[in-house]
Amino acid sequence: MKKMLMATTAAALVATGAYADSNSKEIKLGVLLGFTGPIESLAGPMASGAELAMAEVSASGKLLDGSTVTPVRADTGCIDNGLATSSGERLIADGISGLIGAACSGVTGAVLQNVAVPNGMVMISPSATSPGLTTMEDNGLFFRTSPSDAREGEVMAEVLMERGVKSIAMTYTNNDFGKGLSDAISSSFKALGGEVTIVAAHEDGKADYSAEVGALASAGGDILVVAGYLDQGGAGIIKAALDAGAWDVFGLPNGMVGPSLPVAIGPDLNGSYGQLPGAQGKGIEDFGVMAKEAGFDGGASYVAESYDAAALFMLAMQAAGSTDPSVYGAKVMDIANAPGEKIYPGELAKALELLAAGTDIDYVGASAVELIGPGESAGSYRLIEIIDGEVATVGYK
Amino acid sequence: MDFLNAIVALANYVLIPGITYGSQLAIGALGVTLVYGILRFSNFAHGDTMAFGTMITILATWWLQSMGVSLGPLPTALLALPIGILGCIVLVLVIDRSVYRFYREQKAKPVILVIVSMGVMFVMNGIIRFIIGPDDQSFSDGPRFIISARDFKTMTGLDEGLGIRTTQVITVVTAIIVVALLFWFLNKTRSGKSMRAYSDNEDLALLSGINPERVVMLTWIIVAALATIAGTLYGLDKSFKPFTYFQLLLPIFASAVVGGIGSPLGAIAGGFVIAFSEVTITYAWKKVLVYLMPDSLEPSGLVQLMSTDYKFAVSFVILLIVLLFKPTGLFKGQSI
Repeated sequence: MKKMLMATTAAALVATGAYADSNSKEIKLGVLLGFTGPIESLAGPMASGAELAMAEVSASGKLLDGSTVTPVRADTGCIDNGLATSSGERLIADGISGLIGAACSGVTGAVLQNVAVPNGMVMISPSATSPGLTTMEDNGLFFRTSPSDAREGEVMAEVLMERGVKSIAMTYTNNDFGKGLSDAISSSFKALGGEVTIVAAHEDGKADYSAEVGALASAGGDILVVAGYLDQGGAGIIKAALDAGAWDVFGLPNGMVGPSLPVAIGPDLNGSYGQLPGAQGKGIEDFGVMAKEAGFDGGASYVAESYDAAALFMLAMQAAGSTDPSVYGAKVMDIANAPGEKIYPGELAKALELLAAGTDIDYVGASAVELIGPGESAGSYRLIEIIDGEVATVGYK
Repeated sequence: MDFLNAIVALANYVLIPGITYGSQLAIGALGVTLVYGILRFSNFAHGDTMAFGTMITILATWWLQSMGVSLGPLPTALLALPIGILGCIVLVLVIDRSVYRFYREQKAKPVILVIVSMGVMFVMNGIIRFIIGPDDQSFSDGPRFIISARDFKTMTGLDEGLGIRTTQVITVVTAIIVVALLFWFLNKTRSGKSMRAYSDNEDLALLSGINPERVVMLTWIIVAALATIAGTLYGLDKSFKPFTYFQLLLPIFASAVVGGIGSPLGAIAGGFVIAFSEVTITYAWKKVLVYLMPDSLEPSGLVQLMSTDYKFAVSFVILLIVLLFKPTGLFKGQSI
């Protein structure tokens, strides 16, 4: 908290100082993330990722005749709609030209409806995955570089089909995330012709899940898909199911994948499989190196997506030749998708030059950005399997 | 074959978990019932007394493990149990001296003592979180299974597996030993008889020369031992988390009241009644019925009376029904 306060104060000081001597060539981007609350450990590196892109562009001096870009950080608390909305309004008052955020799905919807839409501000969220945001009324102002959980449902259903699974039992952690994810998986799986024998909620933080497993086992199914948290009830369900001999193989969507799960369960988990958002290839590798030089972990959750969110703003501004959200907003989809020259992390200067010359670009970035539908990432997923007590990558989708 | 499969499935998902859970509740309820019968109040701090005793046992277990001591196939926690019991006895005696004795001398009404015990509960809650933290702790070691479900399937060739965990057997065996010892103590020894006399009629007991402070001390010692044993068994079988022990208070009280509060036999019966109603009402019977019914009658639904979310509601409802229609409980305890 203290560090964050200092960081925000420092950022604010730098912002005001820079503003004083460079007058009109100062562009501010709001970084509105959950610096406190349930994902506070993720928000710091995410902001660093976004600020890395801004530093890169400022250093190049090629954006709109040598403008510099300054971040302005603000906190959402992740689950506090009131705080998120007032922080968003403060950023608008500070004169930002674009808003990176928010991080958590709930506050993202609140900021979009209460701040971004009334003020005509463009928002790009690096990490809000709720399917509800896809259909929310946004006047073309909202984009996200993370995939919707609905997409994960499709990916998981395909993976299950490819592995010859005909029926699944499903349990989810009793909150919006678990419910949304389990709905997405079961509806996609049914659409592909699979059978879902039971969808039952479990509460986190209980000592004993044998009753839940009893009900799930009674319904049957080839495998048990657990849409929960790996350090919470999800692990408890798997343990109880193994104890009762109800299932040997488990489906693990995002939220259940991490090194602590095989440690907690032991060798019986071998052979279980799942997926989590993640790209492969040149983009993420280059970004990892850049992040390491800048002193943070580029492989942490949603850091690559944050870099891409910031980059999209600045490239769209360059393409439109304006920092006015109502003008550059329409350009975001153009620069993110083909056709055009592919742009990877660290090549933002080149992209700015190309855009200034009127050449089309296709921003790939660190997370293989490809915006679909109303402006959300198509989403690439890393498929994993537990092999010898390790989370091993077995492919990408 | 179908019949055998049905029996095995029933045993695996209902009977064995029910018996284990019932034994744990029964030992817990015995503690509540003793406090009620002899000290004449409902001890809301009982769940946290269990957690405290278990915490000492866990710390002792870790210490023994670090010294390389083990009990072979049995969990080290059994060796640490006496230390846990001692620690718990010291705590409850200190609390009795510093808190409850004051109210006893005032001849405070039971309802005041109940509120006092809630205060004690919150203090113990805090102490436990200070020492061991609010997180899950796992402290069982040794082999986890006597028969694992997979081995059972290959051994018998049945479709259904039957898993029996080491901790489940330990729980049931310990419960039988503890209950036998307690009944022997209450019925055959002089101290036990003096406790029962004090419980039946305080004034008469005083007239016949029974020292009330000694009876109270004995009661607390026994209650602390029972609480620690119940808590350790529950923690070994499931896992230790302070908040879960606090939540256990409800089914434990329900067991004591259903059986007839103040009656040790009732506490044991109540424990099993509550455990089995929780498990059977929330169990989906489809699996068992599919094996038993002819094909034409096979159920298509889950045949589940209530979702497992309502587990705790079941003990609440049973508690309410008993209080409304038979306030003295199944075994004629004292009415509340």
